[in-house]
Amino acid sequence: MPDLISALQLSASEATLAVGGLVLLMLGAFAGEKSARFVSVLSILLLLAATALAVTGPLGQAFNGAYVADPLAVYGKALIFLSSAVAIVLGDGWMKRTRIARFEFPVLIVLASAGMGMMASSGDLISLYVGIELHSLALYVLAAFHRDDLKASEAGLKYFVLGALSSGLLLYGASLIYGFTGSMRFDEIAAYAATNASPGLIFGLVFLICGLAFKVSAAPFHMWTPDVYEGAPTPVVALFATAPKVAAMVLIARTLEGAFAGSHDQWAQVLILISLISFAVGAFGGLVQKDLQRLLAYSSIANIGYALLGIAVGTTLGVQAMLLFMTLYVIDQFGFFALILSLSRNGRPIRRIEDFAGLRKDRPVMALVLTVLSLSVLGMPPLAGFWGKWAVFGAAAEAGYWMVGAAGLVASVVAGFYYLRIIKLMWFDPAPEGVEAIDRSPIEAKTIAIAAALFSFPLVMVALTWLEPLTRAAAVGYGAG
Amino acid sequence: MEVTLQHYLAVGAILFTIGVFGIFVNRKNVIIILMSIEMILLAVNINFVAFSAYLNDVSGQIMAMFVLTVAAAEAAVGLAILVTFFRNRGDIAVDDASVMKG
Repeated sequence: MPDLISALQLSASEATLAVGGLVLLMLGAFAGEKSARFVSVLSILLLLAATALAVTGPLGQAFNGAYVADPLAVYGKALIFLSSAVAIVLGDGWMKRTRIARFEFPVLIVLASAGMGMMASSGDLISLYVGIELHSLALYVLAAFHRDDLKASEAGLKYFVLGALSSGLLLYGASLIYGFTGSMRFDEIAAYAATNASPGLIFGLVFLICGLAFKVSAAPFHMWTPDVYEGAPTPVVALFATAPKVAAMVLIARTLEGAFAGSHDQWAQVLILISLISFAVGAFGGLVQKDLQRLLAYSSIANIGYALLGIAVGTTLGVQAMLLFMTLYVIDQFGFFALILSLSRNGRPIRRIEDFAGLRKDRPVMALVLTVLSLSVLGMPPLAGFWGKWAVFGAAAEAGYWMVGAAGLVASVVAGFYYLRIIKLMWFDPAPEGVEAIDRSPIEAKTIAIAAALFSFPLVMVALTWLEPLTRAAAVGYGAG
Repeated sequence: MEVTLQHYLAVGAILFTIGVFGIFVNRKNVIIILMSIEMILLAVNINFVAFSAYLNDVSGQIMAMFVLTVAAAEAAVGLAILVTFFRNRGDIAVDDASVMKG
């Protein structure tokens, strides 16, 4: 059985996560609730091991083409698994402080990571669907993880209903694609779609794009995002904002540019429409928000618009720009959520935007961190966010989509209003009278927030020199093997 | 009259549409939404099996098996989340899921 052995070697990272997740589940179930910390540490080690296996493992195809290990998948998986590990670090401290320490939390993240890894290296419609469901089912539970909290369970319910609907749309599209091309495999679909673009195939493709747009919370499929960002626990939202989005973006790039490279004209129109609507919804929707996490939801909708624009361009440069953008974006997002976790008054997190007034006096370092992160997400040079947007605009302009890029620029200017409002509140407004003092910041959240701000500037200048060749290798070498 | 691929696809499309409308039009009960989701997945299964028989290719039926399995898991997770919601809220009317808005 040399075939099976080589297939298992190729998919070693997902296999490790799936088996390790089940072992940890058993361990937690037998050791009881007090094992939460122990299981968290082991989960982080497991994710690091999976990253190492993905990075050092062989490249190629396995399971009859259902599983593809290529540079794009490896890059995506490294980013996904490391993001999940950071989310476990944030979640562990949070569970201890809110006294709901449960070992299921890290186990669910490990199982979701196995699904996200599957998404990043799916080579046919079956593994695409199974990967998406494996990560979605774990994330539905995580959204409602704080089960005594009304908002969290409402967030979980909304996420579940809309997520299940999006899976249904995606599947309907997949069934049409299968029927009209006669194959589940991406390479065979590509061979068929290159020559005949029948209406049924395009119809299925549009359904598939709608289902995937739900998963990355692109407008007009963003309805769940603000509610889930507001209601779900902060470390869970930190995960939602990072790893699943990377996985879904890699999956979109793989499906559209791999299986449907021949119908670029058709899907580029759909993606450009989606990214234009996302720019508008993200920029204008954020203007009236009062809750920082809800504001970040609208910010993420606008930012996903940029990432989709990178894919819509349809060139290698576009995919590279998307990967670079997502990498820098993920680090900024972790900074934001770690900052929210590190600021609280009397055990209650500071989430309302007005409550940040006068933060300069109490916590000058944190005020500086939030300023740097806000300017970075806004796209102010020379911070990290600027380089991501610069790469996307460059790719868009090169392929002649500069008008869409200009629309993104206008959206950034509008969105500038809400980022600058936070900065003005922190630095120039007096602190409200008669509020309790800010609690001591938990060390892990504080460290991650400061590290993310330091990465935004100046570390990004160093990081760009090695992110550039890495993303290029990932974008060029896909489908290889 | 012979039952052809088109007939199966029409049944699938009708069931799919009823399922989608069931989610959006229904304003009463979350359980009905769960039933609508189930209906969408089964409509898709009809499509897969019909195409599989038409193309003489087994992978569509394999996909249908996966969809059935996932649908069962999805219903279990959905009902579990619904139970926590009911415990906090005391009701499962769709209009009650509106603490957060905007």
